[in-house]
Amino acid sequence: MANLCHLDSRQITLGIKNGDFSAEEYVSQILERIEKIDGKINAFITVDKEGALEKARLIDRKIRNGEQNIGPLAGVTVGIKDNICTSGLKTTCASKILEDYVPPYDATAVRRLKESDAIIMGKLNLDEFAMGSTTEYSKNGPTHNPWNIDYVAGGSSGGSAASVAALECAISLGSDTGGSIRCPASFCSVVGLKPTYGSVSRYGLVSYANSLEQIGPIGKTVSDVVMVMNAIAGKDNRDHTTLELVPKYTLNPTKKNIRVGLVKELVEGAEPEISKCIYSAMDLFSSLDFKCEETSMNSIEYSLSSYYTIAMAEASSNLARYDNIRYGFDLSPDGYEWNMYFSKVRSNFGQEVKRRIIIGSYVLSAGYYGKYYLKAQKVRSLLKRELKSLFEKYDILIAPTMPLLPFKFGDKIEDPLKMYLIDIDTVIANLSGIPAITVPAGFSNDLPIGLQIMANELQEQTMLDAALIFESATNNIQRSPDL
Amino acid sequence: MVLAVNIGLEIHCQLTALRSKLFCSCHSDYRGKKPNNNVCPICSGLPGSLPLLNQRAIELAGMVSLALGCTVPDKIRFYRKNYFYPDLPKNFQLSQYNFYGISSIGVDGKLDYTGSKKTFIRRVQLEEDPGRLIYETGTSDTNFYTLIDYNRAGVALIEIVTEPDFTDPRDVRIFLNKISSIIEHLGICDTKLEGSVRCDANVSIEGKKKVEIKNVNSFKEVEKALTYEITRQKTMSIHDIEIKAETRHWDDLRKITKQARTKEEEQDYRYFPEPDIPTIVLGNEFVSSLKVNMPELPEERKVRFVTDYKLSEHVAQVLIDNKEISDFFEVSVKIYSSPKEIANWIVTDLMGFIDDSEQKGSIFSGLKIEAKHVADLARLVDQNIINRSTAKTILKQIIKTGEMPSQLVANINASKIDDAGVIAEAVESIFVREKSAVIDAKTNPNVANFLLGKVMQLTKGKADPKIALNLITTKLTESN
Repeated sequence: MANLCHLDSRQITLGIKNGDFSAEEYVSQILERIEKIDGKINAFITVDKEGALEKARLIDRKIRNGEQNIGPLAGVTVGIKDNICTSGLKTTCASKILEDYVPPYDATAVRRLKESDAIIMGKLNLDEFAMGSTTEYSKNGPTHNPWNIDYVAGGSSGGSAASVAALECAISLGSDTGGSIRCPASFCSVVGLKPTYGSVSRYGLVSYANSLEQIGPIGKTVSDVVMVMNAIAGKDNRDHTTLELVPKYTLNPTKKNIRVGLVKELVEGAEPEISKCIYSAMDLFSSLDFKCEETSMNSIEYSLSSYYTIAMAEASSNLARYDNIRYGFDLSPDGYEWNMYFSKVRSNFGQEVKRRIIIGSYVLSAGYYGKYYLKAQKVRSLLKRELKSLFEKYDILIAPTMPLLPFKFGDKIEDPLKMYLIDIDTVIANLSGIPAITVPAGFSNDLPIGLQIMANELQEQTMLDAALIFESATNNIQRSPDL
Repeated sequence: MVLAVNIGLEIHCQLTALRSKLFCSCHSDYRGKKPNNNVCPICSGLPGSLPLLNQRAIELAGMVSLALGCTVPDKIRFYRKNYFYPDLPKNFQLSQYNFYGISSIGVDGKLDYTGSKKTFIRRVQLEEDPGRLIYETGTSDTNFYTLIDYNRAGVALIEIVTEPDFTDPRDVRIFLNKISSIIEHLGICDTKLEGSVRCDANVSIEGKKKVEIKNVNSFKEVEKALTYEITRQKTMSIHDIEIKAETRHWDDLRKITKQARTKEEEQDYRYFPEPDIPTIVLGNEFVSSLKVNMPELPEERKVRFVTDYKLSEHVAQVLIDNKEISDFFEVSVKIYSSPKEIANWIVTDLMGFIDDSEQKGSIFSGLKIEAKHVADLARLVDQNIINRSTAKTILKQIIKTGEMPSQLVANINASKIDDAGVIAEAVESIFVREKSAVIDAKTNPNVANFLLGKVMQLTKGKADPKIALNLITTKLTESN
């Protein structure tokens, strides 16, 4: 039987529906693949072998019986970042604090994938509570970049990007608070999309920074992420911040003469090889009759400080609930006064999580609120206003996804500030709520480079059109390495 | 020495009229349920859960705000109040906060009470109740372990914060009664349910440090706690002992305030807007539609009682101070339309039998009397069938038995002895028994009444007293 692991979502669903292969055959190959290579990659925290096979057989049965209600993602294998709740399947956030936590419910995005007949393969590695940019801050050890296993896969959704690049699942869900989908997708040469804030329900996403983050898809192709978005996006009565929206994203670019603005500060701030790559992307767009020009964003200077201030403030409160009383890990409270017990429990957070809780508590404290948190919110409004006027001139903005190439383990971890700086290109979309996508744009020294495309709020279709056109014009860019 | 006293209140009131909790669909009625069975991922703070706002709670809180003369803003937000406590599933409480242009559901209100007195209301806010800590082994001081029941966690509360305008604990009691009556009239809270209304108070004397009193679990106890605390502070002040800013708990059993076990220093709650609940735009329609649909408030009812029923201000006030009593009154009036007579019976006589010291249950519980009884009694008096003193006696009896007054009167009449022959026999035997009294009667006219009493005793009160007295006086004259 042919190797099915490299197929994209559309091919899988078609193949299964046409009877070219069964869902069970396909899932078995994926399980074999995981078994064979995940030791090298460390993308999975939990593999749900039984659940996946059971769901595959169910789909096969439906097809054999000629049932009509075959979901649009029938048989597509999905990995779920381990900070998104899956009913009956451990959701650990790569943290000691939740190492045994089994949620009693599915996140809305997961439920919708299941209803579309996708097959959940298991849970994927991340930085503890999604706090990090390399997946080095995982209790389960770092995820390795499939393109070079001595290099980081990016983060925090490192497992979500690496598993797709390493053909351990067709698609995955990640979460993006400040670039956590796009960073690893760029580092692993796959497609990653951060939706408009409010277009995908956060119900069941373990909150890190509520006002910034979204669940989003990672896939090998733009078509992959479009199919996932059509399944998971839309109003959810369990999340007040979701928008009235019925997802109908298409794969037929209609819009002509897309106006493109290249964000000068971000391109100039990137490593030379990356800048070069983004400029050639602009040239490519120009050659396809897009109207391209360079443009400038003044508020970029403050965006990173604003982002980290808000993210940490929200995190400090969100993570307060982990007190080991209602759920958690094994630690008897015998002999502790409760304040002492809380302290003992919470000493089990990793270093980066502790750092963010402490800084976040500080910026919210009396006397500092105005100086930090409120100022950060003002920067956020400033950035939104600036983007608003930019999107009057341009349909999309392009920039590098990451200002640097994937790097070796340990390169940045000693210096948190250096680590934070690598998010400079991605936080814009989170602070302003706009959608952004990363598509593979080339390689330098055999390491992937991603092109980031941003569009105005809810203008996903224009962004996807541009991404599709770019993807088909650069169809030689590899998505998965030989392993 | 007279020392200036300032008292401010924080009143918590559960919105028991809601079916579900403030941010999830669990039952708001948690009472009597098996511990930790009235919970869901949201109210137990499971990872990934998000709050879902109960829209009806906003309306109820809006009504309270309007009833307390507050301004209801165009938009409101929820804030996180961050602190660690085991009864708080998320270790923050969703509450409201007046901050940077955003306010809670009600601000800057005013409530008049007892004539010219008034208290300013700083704000009315919506927030979630925490769970409950249960000390099976005794009190929080002596327990070896603590049990936590989250069934209550997430129940909707309104908090009413007053300015420190009170100077006398008695005024506080009157004010709290008024608040009680308002929330009862609005139908938002059954104040008789245990723990449905709670009150914290802060007290300072002569502008000195402020002391918070917590743990006062019924409105009735607030006055006692305040009186105790003021005496304590005054005594300290007289002896030049420094009054510390601190939190003290009301000890319900020993009737004293005592220092909180853990020192609750000035907490920094790190308030910030809840990102999971966007700003709620109430809009222009909100207040006007609330006003249209708002139940009658005690003050409005009082005016109606005075105008429609021609009751005096005083009587109307006594009636509306308690919703149950004013409801009782109106039901009676519907049965027999004599408002003044009925109001008088309720206010001057029936009220004396009502024990409202118990928080639980109806204030009429234990009494058999119903509105129809009072209506019937009023009719009997109006129609001169019985006189007032008989009516009073009858009232006492029906409170215990629940008999219908007219039936009772009929029974008494039916068994009355008006046969002069039978009465004469009784008089005869009393004259034989009370010989010395009969002799005294020649010099003391009051003896006739004494003898009548004896006759009535003998006939078990059934003899017609007029006939009996007639016979006695005739017989005394004869024997002279």
